[in-house]
Amino acid sequence: MTADHIVAFKTIIRKEFLRFARIWIQTILPSVITMFLYITIFGNFIGDKIGSIKEFSYIEYIIPGLIIIPIITNSYMNVVGSFYSGRFQKSTEELLVSPVPNWIILVGYVSGGVLRALIVGFAVYVVTIFFIDIPIHNIPFVLFITVLTAFLFSIAGFINAAYAKSFDDINIVPTFVLNPLTYLGGTFYSIESLPQIWQDVSLFNPIAYIVSVFRYGFLGLEETSIYVSLTIIIVFIIILFKIGLIMLEKGIGIKN
Amino acid sequence: MKNALEIINLNKTYRNGFEALKNINLEIESGDFFAFLGPNGAGKSTVIGIISSLVTISSGTVKVLGEDITDNPDWAKKNIGIVPQEYNLNQFIPIEETMLNVGGYFGITREVAHSRTYELFNQLGIWEKKDLTPRELSGGMKRRLMIARALIHKPNILILDEPTAGVDTELRLTMWDFFQEINKKGVTIILTTHYLEEAERLCKNLAIIHKGEIIQNSSMTDIYNMKKNKTYLVKSSDRITSDIKLDSFNVNMLDEYTIEITCENRFNISDIINELNKKSISVLNIINKRNQLEELFMELTNTGVSNDS
Ligand SMILES: Nc1ncnc2c1ncn2[C@@H]1O[C@H](COP(=O)(O)OP(=O)(O)OP(=O)(O)O)[C@@H](O)[C@H]1O
Ligand SMILES: [Mg+2]
Repeated sequence: MTADHIVAFKTIIRKEFLRFARIWIQTILPSVITMFLYITIFGNFIGDKIGSIKEFSYIEYIIPGLIIIPIITNSYMNVVGSFYSGRFQKSTEELLVSPVPNWIILVGYVSGGVLRALIVGFAVYVVTIFFIDIPIHNIPFVLFITVLTAFLFSIAGFINAAYAKSFDDINIVPTFVLNPLTYLGGTFYSIESLPQIWQDVSLFNPIAYIVSVFRYGFLGLEETSIYVSLTIIIVFIIILFKIGLIMLEKGIGIKN
Repeated sequence: MKNALEIINLNKTYRNGFEALKNINLEIESGDFFAFLGPNGAGKSTVIGIISSLVTISSGTVKVLGEDITDNPDWAKKNIGIVPQEYNLNQFIPIEETMLNVGGYFGITREVAHSRTYELFNQLGIWEKKDLTPRELSGGMKRRLMIARALIHKPNILILDEPTAGVDTELRLTMWDFFQEINKKGVTIILTTHYLEEAERLCKNLAIIHKGEIIQNSSMTDIYNMKKNKTYLVKSSDRITSDIKLDSFNVNMLDEYTIEITCENRFNISDIINELNKKSISVLNIINKRNQLEELFMELTNTGVSNDS
């Protein structure tokens, strides 16, 4: 990495940060409001009726999942939105005609997504601690998982953006893939409480692993093997990163 | 000195199977002001897209200042500034910020990019607009912004894909001066335009591409010697009543005051005026029906509007 590359990298991150900061009402605020609603509903209205899961109250049990969901969607939406809109306006050509290596383009966009996910994650956590006293079991681990998760879904967003042919296409994956996987990934219930068959199906849901390690970081409750989960997340990151790089090299979606 | 650009046996077939370039060969010397001409759909922007690595090569070689752009793309990118035909500006970013960003992609720090932007925006007359986004600019201002953006990294080669399209006369003249100025400083300029008079005025050498093939590649002066015939339009001060016949000139009456005269290239305007005077026609005004380049262009590309243009 040369000095030029560092300048280029900083430029991309700065541009990405300013983009989502400028439109914070669309990018940051919605997750904060949703969190507020979840806490009101599950914390007060119906949480008590559900009772507790393991040694935690229902709201405590689902809080980690409620925080990781916006981390997943915001990292994904940030990169898919930004990169697709650049393609749409052709302004990505500015990057393609300059001597920025592909991996810096990819890491730059992805870092933008990670940054937004961290800010949103922090914001929803702040909402949480206004209402519920929930200490974090292992702060560095929670941060680590946040960054890994955001990194993974940022790359996924990037790949989606390169393939998208219209603005509709950038909502397909979030609606039809991410949403079902997060809601079925044990955010609102313990996977162990499901019938065996659904437990087995959940083994193939990568988001279930993320929710579970994130919950471990928060509550110290180990539901699946942390090492297995981490390995799965990292393997996904490596595979998607490679795909993203190959797409840039071949110019898929960006070159004729 | 190395050629600024060398294109060897270049072919391009787009994904849909359309063969846009058919074995193109072209050399452009360093320091040249080069006109790259051709009718709509001829393949000009495709060639430019390939040089700027926005379009992939199907086969063949492109060298920028001696280096193959496939082997050493960064070298080409650092040496080339591109003004694309279509606007490719980020609509949501103030234009000064766009300059700083693009500078950043080239490894230029914000302070340096800022002072270059100040200089370029002033030369191009858009400094007062620096805080606006492209959405708030007129078409001509956006063109100027794209020119400034292409120069932020001080490239040795500037490629202009129809930079004066939709630009008013006054601004066009300013742009011409600006281009000539930087060409004098040693920047090679490759210009695509449909205003042949612009090419004639600015460029030293030219190529004409037609249906993906180079059909003419010469110096601008050669063009003047190439045509066998030329055509003038003559306005007479008095009404012309009888048919006129002239030796060695072909005469065609357009109306009572206007005749069209076609002659061999070796004659000049005074020959025509003398002949007409002999017939006691007083010439009010005489102009080239088309300029030389236009004549040649029409002849070579034979433009009736064809289906694939
Ligand atoms: N992405 C693409 N896919 C398929 N065909 C394309 C693509 N881009 C351009 N073409 C075709 O390639 C040919 C050359 O196009 P190009 O844009 O290079 O022409 P041009 O000389 O720049 O024309 P103009 O003067 O109108 O700008 C045209 O027939 C065009 O339809
Ligand atoms: Mg074109």
